[in-house]
Amino acid sequence: MARTDNRKKIGWGAANTIAVALTLIPVLWIVSLSFKTPAAITDASFWPKEWTWSNYSGILQTSQFIEPLLNSIGIGLIATVIAVLLASMAAYAVARLAFPGKQVLIGMALLIAMFPAISLVTPMFSIERALGLFNTWPGLIIPYVAFGLPLGIYILSAFFREIPWELEKAAKMDGATPFQAFTRVIAPLAAPGMVTTAILVFLFCWNEFLFAISFTSTIGARTAPAALAFFSGSSQFTSPTGPIAAAAVVITIPIIIFVLFFQRRIVAGLTSGAVKG
Amino acid sequence: MADIVLDQVTKRFPDGALAVDKISLDIADGEFVILVGPSGCGKSTTLNMIAGLEDITDGELRIGGKLVNNMAPKDRDIAMVFQSYALYPHMTVRENMGFALKLAKNPQSVIDEKVNEAARILDLTQHLDRKPANLSGGQRQRVAMGRAIVRDPSAFLMDEPLSNLDAKLRVQMRTEVSRIQRRLGTTMVYVTHDQTEAMTLGDRVAVMRNGLLQQVGSPQELYDRPDNLFVAGFIGSPAMNFMPATVDSGVLRTPLGEAPLSGRLRQALELAKAPRDLIIGIRPENFEDASLAGADAKQNGIGFRATIDVLESMGSDVYVYFTKEIERGVDAAELTELARDSGRADTGGSGDTVVARIDAATRIREGDDAELWVDLRSMHVFDPATGRNIALGATGSRSGTASGGGSSGDAASSGAESNGTPAGGAATPA
Repeated sequence: MARTDNRKKIGWGAANTIAVALTLIPVLWIVSLSFKTPAAITDASFWPKEWTWSNYSGILQTSQFIEPLLNSIGIGLIATVIAVLLASMAAYAVARLAFPGKQVLIGMALLIAMFPAISLVTPMFSIERALGLFNTWPGLIIPYVAFGLPLGIYILSAFFREIPWELEKAAKMDGATPFQAFTRVIAPLAAPGMVTTAILVFLFCWNEFLFAISFTSTIGARTAPAALAFFSGSSQFTSPTGPIAAAAVVITIPIIIFVLFFQRRIVAGLTSGAVKG
Repeated sequence: MADIVLDQVTKRFPDGALAVDKISLDIADGEFVILVGPSGCGKSTTLNMIAGLEDITDGELRIGGKLVNNMAPKDRDIAMVFQSYALYPHMTVRENMGFALKLAKNPQSVIDEKVNEAARILDLTQHLDRKPANLSGGQRQRVAMGRAIVRDPSAFLMDEPLSNLDAKLRVQMRTEVSRIQRRLGTTMVYVTHDQTEAMTLGDRVAVMRNGLLQQVGSPQELYDRPDNLFVAGFIGSPAMNFMPATVDSGVLRTPLGEAPLSGRLRQALELAKAPRDLIIGIRPENFEDASLAGADAKQNGIGFRATIDVLESMGSDVYVYFTKEIERGVDAAELTELARDSGRADTGGSGDTVVARIDAATRIREGDDAELWVDLRSMHVFDPATGRNIALGATGSRSGTASGGGSSGDAASSGAESNGTPAGGAATPA
C-alpha cells in the first residue's frame, strides 16, 4: 500500500516537474536574453556571462515602447470594465430569467468565442477605416469587448447560478427593485466571479496581437505586443533580440502583479452564511 | 395590520402542473394561520403567491381589502422569513436587518432605532456587527425574524422557518415565534410540514394535500373532528391507527374485536349510505392497559389481547406497538400518501402496526401477551372510497365525535344498547 502511494507520488511529481519546466524554461530563456549584450545573444549559453541593463534602459528611454505600454494599459482596462459590466448583466439574465431567445443568445456567444479572428480582420479593417475608428483606442476596445463578452458571460453565469435564489427573493420582499436586488445583493456576492472574469478579459486584451497590429498604424493607438514587432536594431544589420526580450519581460510584470493582487479575492466561500450550514 | 383573503386562488405552472387548486381562505387581521401538509402539497406555492414571488394563475388575492394579484412584492407591505433564512452574507446583522428600511429611504436615526429595538426583542444586540457566517443556526434564524420585524409590515409570511434548527432549538424558537406574534399582533401565515408545529402555533390550521385545501380549523377541531382520512392521519403524533372494519347485522367487526353499533353511528352510516366495508381510526390515547382502564372506558369499549412488539417509555406515558392480523389491508390513496410522507413506506414498517399510548403505571413489558382496552367513543369511521369521515358528516356541528365530555350522551346510548353485555365479551382474543 505504502509502496503504491510512493510510486504515485513520484509519478505525479515527475509529471508536475515536466509541466512546470515546459512552461518556465522559455520564460527564463527570455529573461536571460534580456540581460545579454548584443554580442552574447548567439553564444549558446543559457545564462549570460556578462549581465547588462542596457536593453532595459534602451527600451524605457524610447517613446516607441512607453507609449504603446500606456496604450495597452488604457485599452485593456477600459475594455475589461465594459466587458465585465455587460457580461454580468447578460450572465444574470442567462442564469436567472426565462426569456425567448435565451438559447440563441448562449449559442451566439459560443459562436463568437469560436470564430477564427483572422477571418474577421479584413472586413473589420474596412469597417474601421469607413467609420474612422482605424488607429484609435475605440478601434481596439470595441473588438476586445466583443471577444471578451462570451468568456465573461460563461464564467459569470456559472457564478450567478451558485448564488441562492432565495437571497434575491428576500431582497424583493425587503422592497428592492430588480435592479437594486442585482446591484446591492447579487453583484457583491458575485464579486469573485467578476474579478476572475476581469483578469481573464484583461489578459486577453493585454496579449492580443492580431487586431492590435492590423488596426493600428502609429504609436498613437498601437499596443505593446504590436509595438514589439516594430522594434529595430541599432543598425539594419543587428536584430533587436535583446530589446524585444526586455520588452517582453516588462509587459509580463503587470500581469504577474495583477494576478497576485486579485488572486486573494478569487476565493470561494464568500457566500457562506447566506443559507444554513 | 391587514387581513388576507384568498378567493379561489389557483396556480398552474407553465408545464401544466396544477400546484394549487382553487384555494379559498380568509385570514383575519392579526390571526396566526398555519398552512400544513406533506411536501409537494402546494403550501409553499400558496405562500409565495401571497408574497408576490409567484404569479397567480386564477382567482383573487386581497390584502387589507385591496386586490394585489398584479402588485410587486415590494408594494404589498409584507415581510417573509425563508426556510434557508436568506441572509445577505456580505452585510452585518445590523445591515441585514436595516436593509429594507434603507431601501425605503428611512433616515439613519430611524433605522438605528428600529434595528436596536428588534435586536433587543430577539436578544441579538451583542451580535449586531457580526456577519451571518459567524453566527450559529439559531442566531441566523433570529436575524431572519428580525429582518421581518423591523419593517413593521402588515403581515408576516414564514416558510418553514424552523426546519433547519435542531430539535431542542426548534421547540425554543417555536415558543419565541408564538410570543412575538402575540406581542406584535400582526397577521401571520406560517408554512410547515410538521404537524406538531402546526398544532402548537396556530390560531387556525389549514391542511393541504395535492393543491387542495382539506380542512381549516383550530388545532383542537382538526384533532377531534377530522373531515377525512388524510387530516385524521396527518394531525396527531403518533398518528391515528387505521384498521379495516365491517358492518354486519348491527355489529362492527374490527381486527380488535366486535362491537355493537351505537345508535348514532348506525344512523350516520345509513344517512351516508356507507358501504359495509369501512376504515376505522383510533387515536393512540384511546387505548389503555385493561387493568388500568376506568369503569367508564370499560363500558364503552372492547378488550382484546395483543403481543407487544415494542414498548417505548416516555416517562409520563408508555407507547406500545403491536400488530394485528388483518385479513384485508387498509387501502386508501390518502393513507398511502401519508405513509410515504412519514417515511414508513421506505423503512418497511407495515401498515398494520398499531400504536397505543397507555398509562406509565402499566406493568406490560415487551413481548408480553397483554390485555388491552380500547375506548370506542372517540372512534372515527371513514368511507374507504371517498376518505370522508362518516360519523362526522351525520353529526354535523355537534361535538359528538369529539373525545371527552361532549360525548356523554352517546356514551349513555351505546351503553344502553350493549344491553348489559359488556362489549368486550364479544371480542375475540387475538
